[in-house]
Amino acid sequence: MLRKLVNLITSLKLTMACLAAAMALIFAGTIAQVHLGIWEAQQRYFQSLFVWWPPEGHGFRIPIFPGGHLIGGILLINLIAAHAKRFHWAWRKLGIHLTHAGLIIMLAGGLFTDLFAVESHMRLGSGETRNYSEDPRRMELAVIDTTDAELDQVTAIPEAVLRQSRTIEHQSLPFRIVVRNFYQNSRLRMVNENGSNIKPIANQGPGAQVVVDSAPRATGVNERDVVTAAIEIIPTGAADSAADRSLGTWLVSDALGAPQTFSWADHTWQLVMRPARYYKPYSVTLQKFTHERYIGTEIPKNFASQITLIDPEQAVNRNVLIYMNHPLRYRGETYYQAGFEKDDKTSILQVVRNPSFVAPYIACIVVAAGLLVQFGYHLVGFSRRRRTVLA
Amino acid sequence: MKRFFPLLALVLALAWLATSWLPPKVAQDEPDLVTFGKIPVLVGGRVKPLDTVARNSLLIIHGKETLRLANADQITAIHWLADLLFKAETADEYPVFVIQNAEVLGLFGWEQSDRKYFSFAELSPFLKQIDEQGEQSDKLESVQRSAYQSAVLNLRNALILCQRLKNSLRPQDAHDFSKELETYAAALPPAAHAAGQREKGENFDKAQLDSAAAFIERYENIANMAYILAVPSPQGSQWHSIGETLVEAVRTVDIHPVVKAYAQIGDAYHVGDQRAFNQQAAQLRDWFSKEQPNATKRTSFEFLFNHVDPFTHSMVLYVLAFLLACGSWLGWTRPLNRAAFYLLLLALAVHTFGLVSRMYLQERPPVTNLYSSAIFIGWGAVIVALILERIFRDGIGAACAGAIGFITLIIAHHLAGSGDTLEMLQAVLDTNIWLATHVVAITTGYSAMFLAGMLAMIYIIRGVFTRSLKKETADSLSRMTYGVVCFATLFSFVGTVLGGIWADQSWGRFWGWDPKENGAVLIVLWCAIILHARWGGFIKQRGLMIMAIFGNVVTSFSWFGVNMLGVGLHSYGFMQKAFPWLVGFIVSQLALMVLAAMPLERWRSFRMAPGAVRRKDQSSNLKFVPPGLA
Repeated sequence: MLRKLVNLITSLKLTMACLAAAMALIFAGTIAQVHLGIWEAQQRYFQSLFVWWPPEGHGFRIPIFPGGHLIGGILLINLIAAHAKRFHWAWRKLGIHLTHAGLIIMLAGGLFTDLFAVESHMRLGSGETRNYSEDPRRMELAVIDTTDAELDQVTAIPEAVLRQSRTIEHQSLPFRIVVRNFYQNSRLRMVNENGSNIKPIANQGPGAQVVVDSAPRATGVNERDVVTAAIEIIPTGAADSAADRSLGTWLVSDALGAPQTFSWADHTWQLVMRPARYYKPYSVTLQKFTHERYIGTEIPKNFASQITLIDPEQAVNRNVLIYMNHPLRYRGETYYQAGFEKDDKTSILQVVRNPSFVAPYIACIVVAAGLLVQFGYHLVGFSRRRRTVLA
Repeated sequence: MKRFFPLLALVLALAWLATSWLPPKVAQDEPDLVTFGKIPVLVGGRVKPLDTVARNSLLIIHGKETLRLANADQITAIHWLADLLFKAETADEYPVFVIQNAEVLGLFGWEQSDRKYFSFAELSPFLKQIDEQGEQSDKLESVQRSAYQSAVLNLRNALILCQRLKNSLRPQDAHDFSKELETYAAALPPAAHAAGQREKGENFDKAQLDSAAAFIERYENIANMAYILAVPSPQGSQWHSIGETLVEAVRTVDIHPVVKAYAQIGDAYHVGDQRAFNQQAAQLRDWFSKEQPNATKRTSFEFLFNHVDPFTHSMVLYVLAFLLACGSWLGWTRPLNRAAFYLLLLALAVHTFGLVSRMYLQERPPVTNLYSSAIFIGWGAVIVALILERIFRDGIGAACAGAIGFITLIIAHHLAGSGDTLEMLQAVLDTNIWLATHVVAITTGYSAMFLAGMLAMIYIIRGVFTRSLKKETADSLSRMTYGVVCFATLFSFVGTVLGGIWADQSWGRFWGWDPKENGAVLIVLWCAIILHARWGGFIKQRGLMIMAIFGNVVTSFSWFGVNMLGVGLHSYGFMQKAFPWLVGFIVSQLALMVLAAMPLERWRSFRMAPGAVRRKDQSSNLKFVPPGLA
């Protein structure tokens, strides 16, 4: 039994099956991008263990095809296992060993990147300074203690926590947050818009005038979910049912812009649903954004952001020019010129933390060397034989 | 004869090239459009000769680079452009606009007939309608447009381009433009004086101001419409349109010499004064070669490049070589084979000249857009195929070289329809290092995949339909295919990973699952499957051929198919027209694969001695099985 299993996971047939499955998956995932957009198709096809049908939100779903992580994982195990079982050193096998070692590095690096890389954006208007980047795909509920004029105390509750737990308690908060309702995607409308008799869930802030409708998850290329939650604030120590001690229910939503304020225990608090933030120990200031075009055309020639980087910890204070194909790498993060807003005044930098970004560089060199050795070995052998045949 | 035939073929081909490459002669009583066509202007962000502007514009508007008039005379693109610029009322009668869509014709109350070209004069009553209809479909994404909407939008764009050209060098209603400019120049100093007085609050002559203002409004109009930027700034980094320069003259109180020269050229052309036209055009050319020596050198070369038209010529040579190589399998083998090889070398030389010229003109590595990828894929495949031909000397490499060279150049020819093929590069692509490495490696991989597929096609077609596939030929075909697949694996892999590294440098992620990236990795995976299947003994000779043909399907999807999806960073627009061709190609390849899967007894080459075939098939190329894992 065990021998059979070992034979299976080290077999060349399994390799071929994985490669063929990968081709089918990539083809399907590429076609799916037409309707789902690159990001969503990537989640469903490549960054998953299985491809599900129907996708989500239905009563049932069944796996119809192995996803990218599963195929990649099996391929990785297959590669390592096959080499562990059959490895024996010979010069004429150098090319093959190099190629496969490189592939192992590449696959492992890819998997690692998928799991640990963090992508976010930094949106900077001219002259603006920021010490955080944002992930527009994930939201967080920020509860901010603004009592101190100098220093805000932020407690951020990720979207995933809001989705899963009913009651949220944290040592930094003198109250509980009870999630009354959570909408992954929603539409907001004013309560008096069409005279319906639906009551708002919230009774505090602007949310008290708003009715929330649940909406299907956004799949379009430029669409994103409007995450909304109705939360009740109950001071620590009071029972859930003690309605008289509740501070009220607020509606927090991506669609409601400004933070909502309330007071409790001599402190002033703000509530805001916003894109998840990653704070940095340094700050970035946009001095100038330039967008060059070729003369007499609208074809962009270059985008560039002139920024100032200030890091008190490292005593860094310098100007940096970030432009096409020339990112800034700083403290494990890389800043790329990703886009701009219509008026050419706001620059959007992509911020990536990818601890395994060197893996593909190494893998590429190793595999290319392996292929060269391998095919070169054949070519030499072939021409030598051919010469003997012709002679 | 046997000995001389190949040389004879080569000499004939050279003679044919020489006759069509003779420098264009200008008859005494005709306007010198050669000199005129070499004058540099800036369009689409690039300095190019007027000849190129003429060819590209006519290609966009008319679909061809020459124009056949109603009286069956054929005129060149530069002739058409000169008429359009300086004799608009004549050019308005030329049947340049292509309308084939019945619904668009119905818009004007016309029935569909044999005629598909219409003149501006015929369309002018419907301009407003065309503009409105076109504007509506312009709001849609290209994928959403119906055939009618695309057609009406194309017509609108063609009309706009035509109107912009007409107003590029002079207002389209100008008759004696030199005289008009003199009046304008004379009106400027008093107007400037009056304006100065007005600023100081003194009394001023309003009439002086108004007369200049009327001119300025007129020139602002053509400045807004201008398609051609004709006037270089002294440093040559900035170019302005005639209209802009005239408006600017308010400040300098002087008319730029280039503007004056174009006015005189235009006036001479307008009244048909050949001598004055030739003289003025020569003067303007001299002015440019003094003031803008580099630009002039380049545009003169580009004019030559346009005239020589290397890709069309090498296309013809490739076809001839292909036919000769195929003929060599039927008999008279050596002379035909030699002749094919010589013609291929000549075709490759012309092809290389074209490729290198484009690199010189653009100052870029060879592949910058889909058009140039077709040129380069053909070039790479031809070189590898010729190397195979040198090694095996059996006409197979030659036939592949001829066929692939011809097909890729035909594809390139059809990709050129959108105008300038030397267009400027989007900001992200503006890096010669990555264009030279990633893009070249990827396209070399494509070349090799297509070559392997072509070899496999020859194996199958010769094997199934003829008796010419001897064991020896079959074996060498198999070796060639295997070798070329190895080559393709190396280049596709390296190219794909280099693309990833470029992406990591530019966007911060090595791999983004962009359709073009996926297409590239599909090729790498397919190569890996072929090689492992062979090393593992899952396939033999015929299996290798079938898989190599499927490589054509994968590669064509990667090259063209993914662009048609219209998503991602590499999408160059939806190519509706190419879609049926792609589907047709894929279907043909699948059909060949089915054909190849027929029992060997039914192959004509193997029918005679099935036993022998089986033996061969089982023992195929054992000595070439590489030391795999097994």
